[in-house]
Amino acid sequence: MSDLSAVDHGQEAGFGDYVQLLKPRVMSLVVFTAMVGLIVAPVSVHPFVAFTAILFIALGGGASGALNMWYDADIDRVMRRTQSRPVPAGRVGAGEALGLGLALSVLSCLMLGLAANWFAGAFLAFTIFFYVVVYTMWLKRRTPQNIVIGGAAGAFPPMIGWAVATGGVSVESVLMFALIFMWTPPHFWALALFMKDDYSRAGVPMLTVTHGRAATRKHILVYTLLLAPFPVALALTSIGGPVTLVTALVLNALFIRGALRISRRDDAAAEADGYRAEKAFFRFSLAYLFLHFGALLVEASLAPFGLGGW
Amino acid sequence: MAIRQAHEIHGRRLGRNLGLGLVLAVFVALVFGLTVVKISHLKEGKLPAAEASQ
Repeated sequence: MSDLSAVDHGQEAGFGDYVQLLKPRVMSLVVFTAMVGLIVAPVSVHPFVAFTAILFIALGGGASGALNMWYDADIDRVMRRTQSRPVPAGRVGAGEALGLGLALSVLSCLMLGLAANWFAGAFLAFTIFFYVVVYTMWLKRRTPQNIVIGGAAGAFPPMIGWAVATGGVSVESVLMFALIFMWTPPHFWALALFMKDDYSRAGVPMLTVTHGRAATRKHILVYTLLLAPFPVALALTSIGGPVTLVTALVLNALFIRGALRISRRDDAAAEADGYRAEKAFFRFSLAYLFLHFGALLVEASLAPFGLGGW
Repeated sequence: MAIRQAHEIHGRRLGRNLGLGLVLAVFVALVFGLTVVKISHLKEGKLPAAEASQ
């Protein structure tokens, strides 16, 4: 036996494990929506400042991901989907995740404050607080409405992007927030319908567990209907235009059709075709968000040619 | 006595150290770039609206 075996747990973290702590896939959504919020704002920002601002918003999002992985390590160990994350897999200590999360939180907020303005920095700090304390610590394990309220944390980035440019809040940025906020519940509940037993094993009160799957199907329809007015209203604001309006009308009609299909089925029908409607709705929900924000970008990029907008 | 035997763990540590070094270098470059942008804005006498109003 070599001397090295005394310190070799075969579990030492590589650089990639620390990157995994920052939830890079969630970060990509944060980067995209924050970037759109920043670009469509009426005040122009120096490209380098815009680049660094988005980077620090993403880093703040990553920091809250690391703090979430620190606090939720016990649940993550139970759920199949999350068992291979660095903390439950034993590659990174929970304390390390906490340290990295706290350090990056402070760094990202300070740097965003310095690069852009202190309102944006404070807004990022509030978002991290909301995700880690309000969602992860208070609500996630207590109420089946966890997804609804937790969705707010994911909805703040376009508002922060807007705040980077304008230094404030406006109707447009609140509507961008509302779009993501109202979109989150149907998106996640569709996932919960076909990801079945994971949440119940971890004891997380998902709607599918507490109120049953039939009630979840109805909830998806109700939230999809409640969501629809927001993107349409957003299309009628100063950052909207014909492209955004047509996109909103088409996407919401399709989204409501998908939700209706889900609400009219029961689990027996879903089992029979391998949750086809639920999986299709979930995939479409990703495109739904991407295309809405993409349409806002198109509108903004047409503006210099005298096109786009109202 | 120094450990001479190469081990897989050393490779992983090297990767981690190189990664961290790169991150720090990028951070320094970002701060430098921001400084250049901010100072040149000051020289031109224009500030972003958000900062001018503060």
